[in-house]
Amino acid sequence: MAQSTTRADRSAAGESDFKASISTRYGLDRAFTVLVTAAALIGIGVLALLLFEVIRDGSTMLSTRFLTSFPSQLFPENGGIYPALVGSVWLLGLTALISVPLGLGAAVYLQEYAEDTRLNRVIEVNISNLAGVPSIIYGLLGLGIFVQLLAPVTGGGSVLTGALTLSLLILPIIIVATREALRAIPASIREGGYALGATRWEVIRSHLLPMALPGALTGIILALSRAIGEAAPILVVGVSLYQTYVTRSPFDGYMALPTQIYDWISRPQQVFQDSAAAGIVVAMGVLLLANSLAIWLRNRYQKHSR
Amino acid sequence: MSELSEERREAGQEGVGSPTGTALGMKIQDLSAFYGSFKAVTDVSVDIRANKVTALIGPSGCGKSTFIRCLNRMHEVIPGARAEGRVLLGEQDIYTRGADPVVIRRQVGMVFQKPNPFSKSVYENVAWGARINGYKGDMDALVERSLKQAALWDEVKDRLKESGYELSGGQQQRLCIARTLAVEPEVILMDEPASALDPVSTQKIEDTMEDLKRNYTVVIVTHNMQQAARISDYTGFFYIQNMGDPGRLWEFDETEKMFSNPDRKETEDYVTGRFG
Repeated sequence: MAQSTTRADRSAAGESDFKASISTRYGLDRAFTVLVTAAALIGIGVLALLLFEVIRDGSTMLSTRFLTSFPSQLFPENGGIYPALVGSVWLLGLTALISVPLGLGAAVYLQEYAEDTRLNRVIEVNISNLAGVPSIIYGLLGLGIFVQLLAPVTGGGSVLTGALTLSLLILPIIIVATREALRAIPASIREGGYALGATRWEVIRSHLLPMALPGALTGIILALSRAIGEAAPILVVGVSLYQTYVTRSPFDGYMALPTQIYDWISRPQQVFQDSAAAGIVVAMGVLLLANSLAIWLRNRYQKHSR
Repeated sequence: MSELSEERREAGQEGVGSPTGTALGMKIQDLSAFYGSFKAVTDVSVDIRANKVTALIGPSGCGKSTFIRCLNRMHEVIPGARAEGRVLLGEQDIYTRGADPVVIRRQVGMVFQKPNPFSKSVYENVAWGARINGYKGDMDALVERSLKQAALWDEVKDRLKESGYELSGGQQQRLCIARTLAVEPEVILMDEPASALDPVSTQKIEDTMEDLKRNYTVVIVTHNMQQAARISDYTGFFYIQNMGDPGRLWEFDETEKMFSNPDRKETEDYVTGRFG
């Protein structure tokens, strides 16, 4: 009763300690909305422009014939991308077969089995660092190990060697993504499993892996997209810039989309430039297909596990 | 077929794996529990009577949860945690060399403070534990029976294919009770099972207790003294006298005596609401 005015009166008279006006706060809110929208539009806009250019340049070459023909230096307008397309599909498939089980396994070990020792902490830090090593370095590693040392097993510069090298390159990405997904699963799920008399493997197989899979698949999608686009490491381990046959086994030689594009784009004639653009469209098509498959898988799993 | 039924009959005769009948009790002798070098609970000796509900009460942080996690070897799941002493399930020391925690946890089940259903269907939540433990009987019947015992069947019988996450918090907790019952344990440990639930769900869980103790031995940790008084036959009071000391079992007796005429002053102060 000692106070002569109410809180509302003092607020209206500007005597309150809460100074900011609501219109300023809404103004900031709107400004930030504009800012983030612009950020999104710039990124997408540049990509759309790139895509548009490439499709325009490549449209003269793009046809089923382009997909089913060998490249040609004598009649480049009749050339195609067939062996490189087949080679890249081989690379993608083999790389996935090698890197996914290894990556998931390593992540499960590091997250669920490894004790918190100094050695394991060193391994942990190094795996994150490996994700940032330039891809050419992995190429050199692949050259030393798979092409030379393990030549009797891999057949030297075979598509298997290429896939093994790319697997090394993307393993860290898969491991880190899978570990993050496993780490996000609350401990109560593990305890709930153990409390029913489950072994560690039973809990991992039935609960942790299915719950981590959507997150792991996101990492796998990103990683495989990176692998399929790499030219540098496979150049070092023996990709063919031209061969007269298509890859039929893991021990065959192989051509690949990024190196084929690189080969074309380094030639001055317009027809090769257009072929390169068409090749880029094909490469993006393969990527889109592979990613759609992975995203479809992920959504299927998310639905089942919710 | 005949082999199967013989197996089940044998199991029934031993009292292990039988859905009805007497359960085993537990004897705890000089149990201490540690987190690394920190002693959280010291020298607890107590008999947990078979087919009774034993409530453990006491202020926060005095070792009740740590103590019951020692009764099915869940304590050691936390890195650096260990326990010393003897814990007998029936006649068997669960801490002896060669005692297998995986086997023991199936016999001494646990319901946790926060509902932790698996990311699976309601049906699978109940069936999973039984399946990994090699249950070869009629799974549909087991799931139904377990859900009925947990007073959840009527609410979920048309939703068995839905994810356990779709249920309300109280239903999730009863689902966790059902999955614990489905592996047919001897003892069920409950770590404040109703602390995160609304009064109606709490009531339903309390109602199941009376049925549960016909077939199982129940140990329940609770913050809620009225709850302990309502549902338990025996009550243990955990207490820490000075900050930094390990928790002790201060007094243990029949619930009626603990709440009307306890021997120790601290117990009386606590149950009459003078602290805690």
